[in-house]
Amino acid sequence: MNAEVQTPPQVRPQSLELREVRGPSATGGGNRRFFELLWLISATEFKKSFHGTAFGYIWSLVRPLMLFAVLLVVFTRIVRFGSEVPNYPVLLLFNLVVFGLFQEGTGAAVGSVLAQEGIVRKTQFPRLVIPLSSVMVALFTMGLNLIAVFVFILFYGVDPMWTWLLLPVILLLVFVLTCAVSLLLSALNVRFRDIAIIWTVAATVLMYGTPIIYPITFLEGSFLKDILLGNPLTLIFEQARAWIIDPTAPGAVSVAGGWLNMLPAAAIYVLTCVLGVWVFKREAPKIAERL
Amino acid sequence: MSAQPVVIEARGIEKSFRLPVNKISSLKEQITTFSRPDYRELHALRDVSFDVHRGEFFGIVGRNGSGKSTLLKVLASIYAADSGRVRMAGRLAPFIELGVGFNPELTARENVELNGVMMGLERRQARSRLGAVLEFAELEEFVDMKLKNYSSGMLVRLAFSVMIQSDAEILLIDEVLAVGDAAFQQKCADVFHEMRDSERTVILVTHDMSAVEHYCHRAMLLHDGELRAIGDPGEVARKYLRLNFESAPSSGVDSLGEVADIVVEDAWLEDGDGQRATNVEKGEELHFCAELEAKRDVEGPTFGFTFANPDGVEVIGFGVPLEDLPERVGAGQRIQIRSKVENRLAPGRYVVRCWIHRNRNISDIVLYSPHILDFVVFGKDEAGVAFFETEVEFELKRGESQ
Repeated sequence: MNAEVQTPPQVRPQSLELREVRGPSATGGGNRRFFELLWLISATEFKKSFHGTAFGYIWSLVRPLMLFAVLLVVFTRIVRFGSEVPNYPVLLLFNLVVFGLFQEGTGAAVGSVLAQEGIVRKTQFPRLVIPLSSVMVALFTMGLNLIAVFVFILFYGVDPMWTWLLLPVILLLVFVLTCAVSLLLSALNVRFRDIAIIWTVAATVLMYGTPIIYPITFLEGSFLKDILLGNPLTLIFEQARAWIIDPTAPGAVSVAGGWLNMLPAAAIYVLTCVLGVWVFKREAPKIAERL
Repeated sequence: MSAQPVVIEARGIEKSFRLPVNKISSLKEQITTFSRPDYRELHALRDVSFDVHRGEFFGIVGRNGSGKSTLLKVLASIYAADSGRVRMAGRLAPFIELGVGFNPELTARENVELNGVMMGLERRQARSRLGAVLEFAELEEFVDMKLKNYSSGMLVRLAFSVMIQSDAEILLIDEVLAVGDAAFQQKCADVFHEMRDSERTVILVTHDMSAVEHYCHRAMLLHDGELRAIGDPGEVARKYLRLNFESAPSSGVDSLGEVADIVVEDAWLEDGDGQRATNVEKGEELHFCAELEAKRDVEGPTFGFTFANPDGVEVIGFGVPLEDLPERVGAGQRIQIRSKVENRLAPGRYVVRCWIHRNRNISDIVLYSPHILDFVVFGKDEAGVAFFETEVEFELKRGESQ
């Protein structure tokens, strides 16, 4: 090695104005840096999930497809309620892929801050990037899977509808909730390491507690329906069914039985988001010490 | 140096950690522990205030647990201070250790870009640094290799290169010198020497007093979270050593014990007044003393000592003169060796090595102990491993052309 030191490229001039150092925070280091980091880390993580495997992309499809195949056989051949639901196979596949965003996003995020211990303890790094990039990876995966889903939907014989244009609304609602839950879980997991274990169970419960593999109309008259109506994901998925798969399906408002009955779920949704952001913001400065 | 503007201003920084006596890290424990858990308050920093000027190479020294690293983490926005404030001018490298933030699954190219973005560069700027970084690290051929396949030496080179090729004006460095092999440390040393004279501000946390005296313009000493001294690095290093040896009086006696026929029982330094000393000032009188004990009879023993500097170079070697040596030493006899050494040693840490042979034959080794004592020579540094009185004359002759 030669010993001479090249002067580093002075891209930016030094400002000599003293500025307050505010300590660690969720987004510390400026907005542009935050988004650049979020994008770069999410993109590389996403690419990484394909590297080293011969059928990288195929594998990300195989998981929901396997689950789909099993459930399809169970509910159309064994339990047989699937045959009463119009377009059941495409509904099931669509639901599984969109729910995958929530499930995989939160599942990866919950342990993410703990896993990035080195970065958190040794660098000044916007903490928020860590769980959010996990969600972003799940979002990219879902985006790719959705393409396959829509090919399947068309192939199955569902006619394109103008309400398909409302798909982004559905996805945005799921995405925001996923982010909020991810923030909440990843911050709490630093304090209580068993959150991650509990969450794997809770996420499965949530999957059955959301009308993914069955439409909520099956629970008509049962107290279970009232419980499910408190789950914001219930209304989102019911609305998606009406918009994307089956225009004759009731949609969120009539499933809930009027606008007023949607309030609890909406309140829980908003509360989760506020709580997630609040808890993460509160915990962020202390994360490095607690690890 | 103080003519330069202040770039780091720390005022009254306090930081304490509440260490739970039993750490609660699961929900069940939280729920089942009805009484509030016991905490032990650890006051890591107490009212620390200081300024660092632009272009300064500033050392922070202190014993383990003195709060050095905590302070660095507060400066780097990794920890939040409980009170007090820090103000800073200029861009700070967000890393405090080499190689953090590297992702072993990514290639060097991707990691350099990621690192640049972490430094606050735009992605295009981050990519444009790649060439310079790799050139300095001499890793151009491995640009598309994943870091997990790098050797540790290559990794350190890349990390170091990323750090110094960044455009951060303020670098915070925690014990970087401990990393890498001798050749790499030499490279670090060269770079630090250059950084010392550059516009960049460097804060170096270290245990290595010779590094402090070598590179730093100023230094400060932390002890139990308090600022004990700030200013001249030599002075600070001396205070640190005094502090260190007050509570750990004997150190460095290391011999091959049972196997040898003669063992080193004790080794120490004395100053000009015959007082035991743990370190000496540059140029000051130096007495090296050792007490040995013969475990078995040894015929025709010879005794030799060398002082080796941190690079392993044996700067001086000396022995007991032949005419003073006994024909034999008997089992159980004690030997005391006192030597006066003309102290031309350059400042730094030295290790004393000891050789004992029998039959006046240097290939017949009774004892070789590579480390019977270490000590520090403190003082202002000049080039070289030793210093000599020199007389230099300078004359400007008028050229014919005038």
